[in-house]
Amino acid sequence: MKDVAIVGVGQTAFVRGYEGSIRELAFDAFKEAMLDAGLTSKEIDASIICSAPEYDKQRTPAGTIAEYLGLNPKPTFYIETVCSSSSSGLRVAYSLIKSGLHRIVLVLGFQKMSEISSADSQERMGRGSDVMWEAPFGTMMPAYYAMHARAHFQRYGTSSEDLALIRVKAGTYGMINKKAVYQKGVTLEQIMTADVVSSPLKRFDCCANADGASCMIVADKEMVKSISKKPVWILGLGAGTAPITMSGRESLTGLNCARVAAKEAYRMAGVTPQDIDVAEVHDCFTIAELMAYEDLGFAEPGEGKALIRGKETYIEGKIPINVDGGLLSKGHPIGATGGSQIRTIVLQLRGEADQMQVKNPEIGLVHNIGGVGVYGNVTVLGRD
Amino acid sequence: MGFERFGIVSFASQTKAAPFVDYLDKGVLAGTKCKGCGAFYFPPRTDCHHCLSSNMEWSEITGKGKLISYSTLIYAPTGFEADLPYTIALVEFENKMKVFGRLSKEIKEGEITIGMELKYVVTKLANDRITYEFKKT
Repeated sequence: MKDVAIVGVGQTAFVRGYEGSIRELAFDAFKEAMLDAGLTSKEIDASIICSAPEYDKQRTPAGTIAEYLGLNPKPTFYIETVCSSSSSGLRVAYSLIKSGLHRIVLVLGFQKMSEISSADSQERMGRGSDVMWEAPFGTMMPAYYAMHARAHFQRYGTSSEDLALIRVKAGTYGMINKKAVYQKGVTLEQIMTADVVSSPLKRFDCCANADGASCMIVADKEMVKSISKKPVWILGLGAGTAPITMSGRESLTGLNCARVAAKEAYRMAGVTPQDIDVAEVHDCFTIAELMAYEDLGFAEPGEGKALIRGKETYIEGKIPINVDGGLLSKGHPIGATGGSQIRTIVLQLRGEADQMQVKNPEIGLVHNIGGVGVYGNVTVLGRD
Repeated sequence: MGFERFGIVSFASQTKAAPFVDYLDKGVLAGTKCKGCGAFYFPPRTDCHHCLSSNMEWSEITGKGKLISYSTLIYAPTGFEADLPYTIALVEFENKMKVFGRLSKEIKEGEITIGMELKYVVTKLANDRITYEFKKT
């Protein structure tokens, strides 16, 4: 159904240590999206601000950012699902428009991870899991994803080298993405001999923290006619959740929140995995990308490794995935990540992805995960 | 009160599930069982989301444990640095109760295999703190 479209996208460069405030960071992405859509602040009916608030010094940042972007007195509010916050923001924007409550809604995701000291950041990392039952053992995100990797290796014979191939691909495209924090290629040997972070994951299996912002402008179909020559339609939205505790999970070889979200998004869009021409998946760790291949139905469970071994997820492959370098190369400014992934697919569908352009894609998909598979969002987008 | 004694570092103190620590003091790792519908829970909870009963009883984790997955950390969050390296793990016991915790440092990394049999052992820590870990059977 072509009722709601994305008519403008923007993204800052993702950097280490942005030298400005969160409102200024937000403005950089906002400006790009507004110029892209050809709109002014007065035309925005409502705004949704997305981030992970534990990194912000400003309490309730939506108010500050809405003022700085000139969005008063229209409504603004805050949406948070950690790393998938801005995909959740898009879901809310869709429903606000579909309900008829608003006609043009702005979704702004941001994170200035350097806002707090690295000691404070280390402290927060320990509280990312269930604080009653798992955090007291000393848990971190890489360790949880490492447990998923270990389980996947055991069950399906996937190896560290398979994961390293995913990192090699991320480096290949990171080199041509001027907005990536890490614009260098990495060799298989560098990846395989790097220091272990949490076994079996090593340094290059993990994405980098970064500061950045992303912005999407969403409109109803009547407004789209007057705003955009190249609207990108929201065809399917799926969302799911899974227990935050590992004890509550059926299996560690995939993310159930993503499977649930994918099924819903495909159903709503009326498409199958085979219809997807280009995708962005949440590769906070290499194993996360591999599991996404399977959770999204691009490969059967356990067969994700064949896709990367055969280079099928490169631009020239059967299903190009993360050909903007992914989180592994771009960096992962939590609240901005989903919007950045969606922007990549919007540019792909408009044929504006420059060196990263996939040949003539019609349908694209975004997979964005919050926490260690706690919140899953899958979005299917299509061009006119 | 008393729950703040649980774990290497504690983040929560007030919970109705605080008797969990009293059971640890007796050497017992316990989940809860709903008296209304019979559902077992680990981590323990004092409210049943199946039948909405809050009439629960404590129930020891029993049977042989089987290692589902694990990872050895080389970097740690604040407060855990002195323990490095350490291994977190998920172990499945009887009634499909999955328990998250750490492997004992007595188990060498080369000895760890998914599917291996493990038992839980309650461990007393400095400053009157208490936790549990998994050891070979």
